[in-house]
Amino acid sequence: MSAPTLSVRDLATHFFTRDGVVKAVDGVSFDVGRGEILGLVGESGSGKTVCGFSLLGLVDPPGRIVGGQILFHGENLVTAGEERLRQLRGKRIAMIFQDPMMTLNPVLRIDTQMVETVLAHDKVSAKAAYARVRDTLVRVGIASPDARLRAYPHQFSGGMRQRVAIAIALLHDPELIIADEPTTALDVTIQGQILFEVQQLCRDTGTALIWITHDLAVVAGLADRVCVMYAGRLVEQGKVDDVLDRPLHPYTRGLIGSVPSRTARGQKLTQIPGMTPSLLNLSEGCAFRSRCPRATTVCETSPPLVELRPGQAARCFHPHLEGADSERAGL
Amino acid sequence: MSIVTDKAVAAKAVPAVSPPSSPWRRFVAEFAESKLAMGGLILFVLLALASILAPLIAPQDPYDLAQLDIFDVRLPPGSVSEGSGLTYWLGSDAQGRDMLSAILYGLRVSLMVGAISVVVAMSLGLAVGLGAAYFGGRIDAVLMRLVDIQLGFPAILVALILLSVVGQGIDKVMIALIVVQWAYFARLARGAALVERHREYVEAATSLALPAWRIVFRHIMPNVLPPLIVYATVRIAEAVALEATLSFLGVGVPVTEPSLGLLLRNGFGYLMSGDYWISFFPGAALALAIIAINLVGDQLRDMLNPRLKR
Amino acid sequence: MLAFIIRRLLQAALVIVIMSGLVFVGIYLIGNPVYILISPEASELERAQVIHNLGLDLPLWQQYLVFVEQALGGSFGKSFVFGEPAMKIVLERVPATAELALFSTFLALFVGVPLGIWAGLKPNAISSRGIMAGSILGFSLPNFWVGLMLIMLFGVWLRNSEWLSFLSLPASGRGETVTFLGTRLSIFTIDGWRHLLLPAFTLGLSYMALNIRLTRAGVREVLLQDYVKFARAKGLPERRVIGVHVLKNILIPIVTVTGLELGTVIAFAVVTETVFAWPGMGKLLIDSIVSLDRPVVVAYLMTVVGLLVVLNLVVDVLYSVIDPRIRLGGRSE
Repeated sequence: MSAPTLSVRDLATHFFTRDGVVKAVDGVSFDVGRGEILGLVGESGSGKTVCGFSLLGLVDPPGRIVGGQILFHGENLVTAGEERLRQLRGKRIAMIFQDPMMTLNPVLRIDTQMVETVLAHDKVSAKAAYARVRDTLVRVGIASPDARLRAYPHQFSGGMRQRVAIAIALLHDPELIIADEPTTALDVTIQGQILFEVQQLCRDTGTALIWITHDLAVVAGLADRVCVMYAGRLVEQGKVDDVLDRPLHPYTRGLIGSVPSRTARGQKLTQIPGMTPSLLNLSEGCAFRSRCPRATTVCETSPPLVELRPGQAARCFHPHLEGADSERAGL
Repeated sequence: MSIVTDKAVAAKAVPAVSPPSSPWRRFVAEFAESKLAMGGLILFVLLALASILAPLIAPQDPYDLAQLDIFDVRLPPGSVSEGSGLTYWLGSDAQGRDMLSAILYGLRVSLMVGAISVVVAMSLGLAVGLGAAYFGGRIDAVLMRLVDIQLGFPAILVALILLSVVGQGIDKVMIALIVVQWAYFARLARGAALVERHREYVEAATSLALPAWRIVFRHIMPNVLPPLIVYATVRIAEAVALEATLSFLGVGVPVTEPSLGLLLRNGFGYLMSGDYWISFFPGAALALAIIAINLVGDQLRDMLNPRLKR
Repeated sequence: MLAFIIRRLLQAALVIVIMSGLVFVGIYLIGNPVYILISPEASELERAQVIHNLGLDLPLWQQYLVFVEQALGGSFGKSFVFGEPAMKIVLERVPATAELALFSTFLALFVGVPLGIWAGLKPNAISSRGIMAGSILGFSLPNFWVGLMLIMLFGVWLRNSEWLSFLSLPASGRGETVTFLGTRLSIFTIDGWRHLLLPAFTLGLSYMALNIRLTRAGVREVLLQDYVKFARAKGLPERRVIGVHVLKNILIPIVTVTGLELGTVIAFAVVTETVFAWPGMGKLLIDSIVSLDRPVVVAYLMTVVGLLVVLNLVVDVLYSVIDPRIRLGGRSE
């Protein structure tokens, strides 16, 4: 097994607001190997998006990375300069954002926005850049790209725009793609298509992919491995089948249980009681304990991330080791 | 459900301490965050008070010819009158008027004209805008055409022509200012009202068969007022400036009434000969008043701007 | 696009017609100008003669028709004061005002926008705060007061000081002119520049301040947008992110405002020209109002109306060119 493409160690990103420090990402560690698809799962506010931005150094003030390492092929991105990061962005590490309507500049043509990406990193002629752009559009399934290229973003449908965004990410054949909920804003059918195509692409080119989402169903069909985030911390990690069939952490279990499933039709959905805590007021100890049915006094200290089964780790003092299957059958 | 999304986190996360409860209190607290705006507000209040109390605090009534001493013309600031022993703190002008008093009285007229004309223009514009939005159709089209045409022309030109037609006088100046200002209020009001009109609560009220005027006044108007009030605040500053400009050009307030613009007009001629105080101080007073109002208006506008919402 | 332009042209024509009527009626009410042109000792007969010569004895509506007839032929009657065709007198002054207006707009744009961008990119720097404070001043201070203060500073104090008198600038009048394309322009002479600087700055100041604030607000707003972050995520150099992605998006409100402001600039030229004794249309207007020289006032108004209408049209067209969403609308799948 070759060295991982990306190796994150104890990443911490904090926001220094007027009302206090928000620990959006608080000690997160994971690896992504070549050609591997990692699902980064969590609700709104879990810190997953900030985590994604942190990897590329795109966190806006008042936030900044306060600790940890991000090793991309051994190079630490946290200490790399802005110019070095710029060279990597778009070329070797690419990102796909959630809402392509907002991420494509509305007053610039599609070809402008794509060609500039090529020219930012490669010294090629405009013609060559244009040809590459065109080919990449075909690759993502946009037939007759010439007409498309002269158009503006608002003239496209959501699915088409997202394909353009994916094409932009692929222009330089990056080794790592970070996709932040790219299909959330799309119809389910389009979503399905794009997921399939992305999976193919990664298998074919060996590109590593981090897919950030809150949707477990997507993760189930797409990812090789899964990281579950809660309140800025990683609470469970492992192969996707393991985590979804035999979740260790009560939160993961609750998440899975709250997804409606075909086989459990008519049964009450499990709800996780309580609310996501405000990241401003995180107290010591396990962030989930106020909502956890298994919490005890020991949970007032922070549980460490422990590998409880081969290849599967959880941050909990009372993990579900029984091995009972979750109601995942419907996923 | 306190969802803390990343954008909100990057801005101002929900504070741990509960905020002051009443909306008015919150409004005041938010306004007070800007020291500049508070400064502007204090300055404005001071100036307004000074102008209101002018008859009481001014050393002399500069428009009572009997009080003027023709030997005291064009005295620099700080001089003392030989005849009456009065100290001309800011100097005296070519008619022997005490500049300080003239400025106080002048401020009075300027602020009053500015404020009243804006309030009337706002009411007028509000009525027209609400009417256009509520009735829609032809009425809306006609009214808005009128508004557009009016807005296509620079305020000062319209005012100039109007005043050259109707003549001088404070009331005529106010009319001119109102004519020049109502249109933008109308457009603002109509825009806001149109947005409100399609909201569900209006549908609900209509389905309850509430009379039209009630829907407009009790339901739509309160939601339309805030942007208008913000604009009105800024507008007062512009109205004051416009009145001063018109008076400066000689078509505004007549010579017998005090106005900062007139004082400046008088002082203009003496500028090159070095008697700077005849125009400098009235100008400074005018500028301070306008700046103060603008500071307040700016903060109000920032507070209500949804796109800068934290 | 063509239909759009034609429609706007028709609207513009309608506006001009309405305005001409309003202007005509309004001016008629100012008063009888005869009394300025005839000495009080003139006999009834002489008075009647002058009235007849100037066509003032016809009923109002007839006077209006005569007016329209002549206007369509390009003539607006003879100036009571100058004795020459009113329009000719107005048009003679146009180059001076145009110079002033254009130069001040130029200043306002090319000084204001960069300052605004700077203030938007580094909102907490001292320089930015200074710029914003200055912009409040520039925006609030009445046009003529700024002119007065500048005259005081550059025309009086500096001139009287021993050391710095070289910095002084003329306080009135227009500089030497050079004939260019048939009109006399002063921007080609150094003396012309020296005379132009103060009035143009005065005239353009409030608009400059507006530009600074607009640009800064635009920059702050745009910087928060996802597409800026995305542009950075693509690895684009910061130069391009600001210079292309941000700039193009903030241009839209600036263009709109420029169009609106040009009209105001032309109007406020009236004040600036009075303060600086600049021989343009504006000063002519004030003088004509005071001397009740009706034809000139009417000619001036018609010129300005025409100018504004054309300007509005140009802005509309420009606007649709810059923002493709307006031009192209809908979606093509």
